[in-house]
Amino acid sequence: MATLEIKDLHADVVTEEESKEILTGVNLTVRSGETHAFMGPNGSGKSTLAYAVAGHPKYTVTSGSVLLDGEDVLEMSVDERARAGLFLAMQYPVEVPGVSMSNFLRSAATATRGEAPQIRHWVKEVKQAMSNLEIDESFSERSVNEGFSGGEKKRHEILQLDLLNPKFAILDETDSGLDVDALRVVSDGINRYRQNGDRGVLLITHYTRILKHVQPDYVHVFVGGQVVESGGPELADELEESGYVRFTNKKEAAAQS
Amino acid sequence: MTESTLETSGREGLDEQGTTNSAVPPRSSRGHRFTSYDVEAFEVPGGREEDWRFTPMKRLRGLHDGSAAATGSLSVEVTGDSSARVETVGREDERLGRAGAPADRVAAQSWCSFSEATVVTVPKDTRASEPITVTVHGPGEGATAYGHLQVRAEPLSDATVVLDYRGSGVIGDNVELIVEDSARLSVVTIHDFADDATQVSSEHASLGKDAVFRHFAATLGGDLVRVNTKVSFTDRGGDAEVLGVYFTDSGQHQEHRLLMDHAQPNCRSNVTYKGALQGDSARSVWIGDVLIQAAAEGTDTFELNRNLVLTEGARADSVPNLEIETGEIAGAGHASAIGRFDDDQLFYLQARGIPYDQARRLVVRGFFGEILQKITVDEVRERLEAAIDKELAAVGE
Repeated sequence: MATLEIKDLHADVVTEEESKEILTGVNLTVRSGETHAFMGPNGSGKSTLAYAVAGHPKYTVTSGSVLLDGEDVLEMSVDERARAGLFLAMQYPVEVPGVSMSNFLRSAATATRGEAPQIRHWVKEVKQAMSNLEIDESFSERSVNEGFSGGEKKRHEILQLDLLNPKFAILDETDSGLDVDALRVVSDGINRYRQNGDRGVLLITHYTRILKHVQPDYVHVFVGGQVVESGGPELADELEESGYVRFTNKKEAAAQS
Repeated sequence: MTESTLETSGREGLDEQGTTNSAVPPRSSRGHRFTSYDVEAFEVPGGREEDWRFTPMKRLRGLHDGSAAATGSLSVEVTGDSSARVETVGREDERLGRAGAPADRVAAQSWCSFSEATVVTVPKDTRASEPITVTVHGPGEGATAYGHLQVRAEPLSDATVVLDYRGSGVIGDNVELIVEDSARLSVVTIHDFADDATQVSSEHASLGKDAVFRHFAATLGGDLVRVNTKVSFTDRGGDAEVLGVYFTDSGQHQEHRLLMDHAQPNCRSNVTYKGALQGDSARSVWIGDVLIQAAAEGTDTFELNRNLVLTEGARADSVPNLEIETGEIAGAGHASAIGRFDDDQLFYLQARGIPYDQARRLVVRGFFGEILQKITVDEVRERLEAAIDKELAAVGE
């Protein structure tokens, strides 16, 4: 049983000219076995939360804490966070020219597992995982994400999720830009990961359509850099019906009072 | 002329500068240049001339102004495939100088100053199955030496030559690479000197009809290394692929100047150089000139230079230049880019648990990988990969 606790998290995005506060006090606890959907309008800071927890250098945490089983995540380097069991499926996966997918996956698995996987088992494991996600074998010799379509990149994020099998996965708009078939394949991948039983998922999304494939236990509405309302799956239904207007108004009202 | 420079001083910088296919005509022709075997035909360069403006003249140790008398000699050792004929000859040997005349004062000085030359000949119709390695040792710290090497691939021959420069001292030399009709010659040149060394080298490649020339330059060591590489097409159908890597460290000046001289129709040239720089005052210069003369219809040429600046305090200059005197060509283009180490790539790899140092190594290996793969001599490729890893480990930021 593992717990990821985010407490009163404030974070700034740092640009050349200035830094600007994006997260204004985020509170959230995810336990293993739970899936939390994290929904909000564009620009509400959802991706910032994902990056801040993963440790991207562009974001600075100004106060608050992130604890993984009581350990201070913010004290860890980016790679230490990953080895501790955090995973971020990125909205825009980065191309790394000249580094083959197979070399990358094996390096990542070696790092997170603490030892190099046995070559024969590893080859089988990768093959199976690729086939589950309907990824052609030829991709393993291509450079990481280079020239991949949006959908191919997303499949490869879930491939990594599957192979690295972290304690907690933050999925940042993994559904964006996917057609119906790709959405199903990717959702099936997320569900296979969830079936491990003791894994926690934070599913960041703008739309409700992925929630029909990946059922959340909790839904949070995120506006203005913080959680403004939390509930069960029914909250997603309301968003589907009426959008974010009620929540953005609520936020404005709160700001004025 | 298009030109890009990146000098790293602040934290924030540009991601990548790219220049392609500029239509701006050059101020003066760089392709048609003066040549002479007589050193006095060249004025002593002061450092402001187009050819010398990037070079720190003091660090030439007098190679450019006649003050560097030969006080030592190069040791040249040729090993490998026995089908090649190896001779040590005097200045009077009539075969010398055929590939091209010196185009700057240092090259002319070297031509006038060497006392003996090494000539390696791959006989007609011969295929050398093993590489031929020419190891050249500098004259030692504080000494100056001039050298001359000629590699001649006779018609229909096929050979690979590794030219391995090592050691210390001040070296001026000319290298003739003659690829006769329908021959194939691959040359790997490794400038792997000790930290004190100065080398100014001029390579003159001359390609016959349907000749295939493959050149790979790797520059790792030295205080100052400046290499001019000129490829001349003397007949139709020549095919040159000219590749290079450099790893420029703190305090080093590494300069590569290329000229693809297309004087004949239906020839092809492809130039790709990649460099990484790290450390204070690491300085690289890449000049890529292509001249397509009026007669050179059907020419196909491309030049590419990419630089990866790994740390603060390094500076890369990259100047591609294309002069075209006929419109009847198959293709001509160039691209040059200087990029900083990409934080997003590092973040991505680290976010999958890969430690910083290893992530950095993967990115740099990836940067060089595509081009190193083209080296067909396994030992050389492995040596260069290991050298790059070692350079990276030396700083590790």
